[in-house]
Amino acid sequence: MEHVIEARGLARSFSGTAAVRGVDLTVGAGQIVGFLGPNGAGKTTTLRMLTTLLRPSAGTATVAGHDVAAAPSAVRRRIGYVAQGGSTNPACTVLQELLLQARLYRVADPHARSRELMERFGLADQVIGSLSGGQKRRLDIALGIVHTPPLIFLDEPTTGLDPQSRTEVWQHVRRLRDEHGTAVFLTTHYLEEADALCDRILIIDQGRIIGAGTPEELKSRLSGDIVTVEIDGDAAAARAALAGLAAVRKVQAGGGTLRITVEHGDRILVQLTRALDAGGLEPRSIRLTRPTLDEVFLALTAREASHVA
Amino acid sequence: MSRDIWLIFVHQLRLSMGGRLGLVLGVLQPVLNLALFGPLLTAYLGPGSWQVFVPGVLMQLALLSTGLAGFGIVFDARFGVLERQRVSPASRTALLLGRVCTNVVVLLGQAALVVALGFAFGFRAPVAGLALGLALLVPLAVSLAALSYAFALVLPRQEMFAPMAGTVIVPMLLLSGALLPMSTAPGWLDVISRATPFRYAVEGLRAAFAGHYTSPTLAAGAAVSVVFAVAAVTAGTRTFIRRHA
Repeated sequence: MEHVIEARGLARSFSGTAAVRGVDLTVGAGQIVGFLGPNGAGKTTTLRMLTTLLRPSAGTATVAGHDVAAAPSAVRRRIGYVAQGGSTNPACTVLQELLLQARLYRVADPHARSRELMERFGLADQVIGSLSGGQKRRLDIALGIVHTPPLIFLDEPTTGLDPQSRTEVWQHVRRLRDEHGTAVFLTTHYLEEADALCDRILIIDQGRIIGAGTPEELKSRLSGDIVTVEIDGDAAAARAALAGLAAVRKVQAGGGTLRITVEHGDRILVQLTRALDAGGLEPRSIRLTRPTLDEVFLALTAREASHVA
Repeated sequence: MSRDIWLIFVHQLRLSMGGRLGLVLGVLQPVLNLALFGPLLTAYLGPGSWQVFVPGVLMQLALLSTGLAGFGIVFDARFGVLERQRVSPASRTALLLGRVCTNVVVLLGQAALVVALGFAFGFRAPVAGLALGLALLVPLAVSLAALSYAFALVLPRQEMFAPMAGTVIVPMLLLSGALLPMSTAPGWLDVISRATPFRYAVEGLRAAFAGHYTSPTLAAGAAVSVVFAVAAVTAGTRTFIRRHA
């Protein structure tokens, strides 16, 4: 797959204190990648290095085909960046900001492009100070893609938005990928957001990447799925019946209830019922629960913390 | 780069024109000074007092209007506008110089108002002298604005900008001899005054308005202002680029 971001050993320290310690990451073209981590983990510092706002102390990063340290202006022409706290002057109008942005990026027809974006993001030419939080955020994103970049960085795009505006922003982010093939690299500390939106997730803690994969992979790799089976018969017999299954990691039995930890619960469910059937056991109910990303996240960061201590 | 300077200049100028209150307040203090203090000065300096005082008020205007320019970038930084422009392909020098150009144009407009009001009170100057004087304000405004932006960006706490800039600007105003000519100052004060570029600029302005086009005072004022502008813009762009590496 073609990569729009490729970072190797990216590091940055501030007056001797390491904020980011050797980050390796890749982002494929047209992917939505979520960058997750607790506050102070190094999310924003990494983002600022990838967007040429901060020079790396060590390591390299190729963004949109160019090296961030050697060719920062080539990178800037090919990326969009939407900062966390907004990016607009409340005294300006929507059109004024869009036009300036389009001209700074040498867009062929600044007026046509600005109007097109206003229509797409549902914005009228108002004074920015009178916009709602959701409208302002949509304008920030519109400004970020004025030059149709192959890659856009969104720093906590939905922080502080009401649920409805958040859903709207998600829809716009998905449309960027689906209709325009734009890769999106976003930081967030909402795990549900990463789960709902991202093709891949990178988890950073204490300046290092400690987990990477699709939301599904992360969930099954880390904690596995839990299948809860209620049976009428003997729990010990059920335990024996399941012992042969390779995907079963752990079986806890208590009363008429079995808690079975498995990898890929959706795939094993049929095997599981057959094995119980073969053992002459009749399940009353079977329930599959998948771990939430929150649990994965807490498991990962807790492991990291104990590792360091 | 010149295209980016132009884009930022036009955008900032439109914003300044939109903030009419800010424009009026910027020129109000020098105008009040002219109206409320100027007539008093006539009693001490005689009928020629306006020839001395109007250039002084222009210096005050330059110091207040462009010297506080950095205040604008404090807000641009806080709103994220500056960061958005910094990841755009526009050069950092263009982002600075475009803003400086806006400040220069605004200052020239305000200066024209002060001169017109001065005429109403009895100030007189030849057209060529006026043009030369206003031209002399340009390098001065460029220096002040560039330094003001650099100062605003390096401050660790940006809310300190206004009080700290004021602390620098007021002594500079007094030392320039803008309000009362330095010719009557005691020796030590005269020496300190000569260490600031504004002293030469004020005297240059007075010489230009008096029509002394070949006087060494005017030449010194122009030379010092231009050298100061080159130094200030160099320092300003360096800061702007370094802060945003």
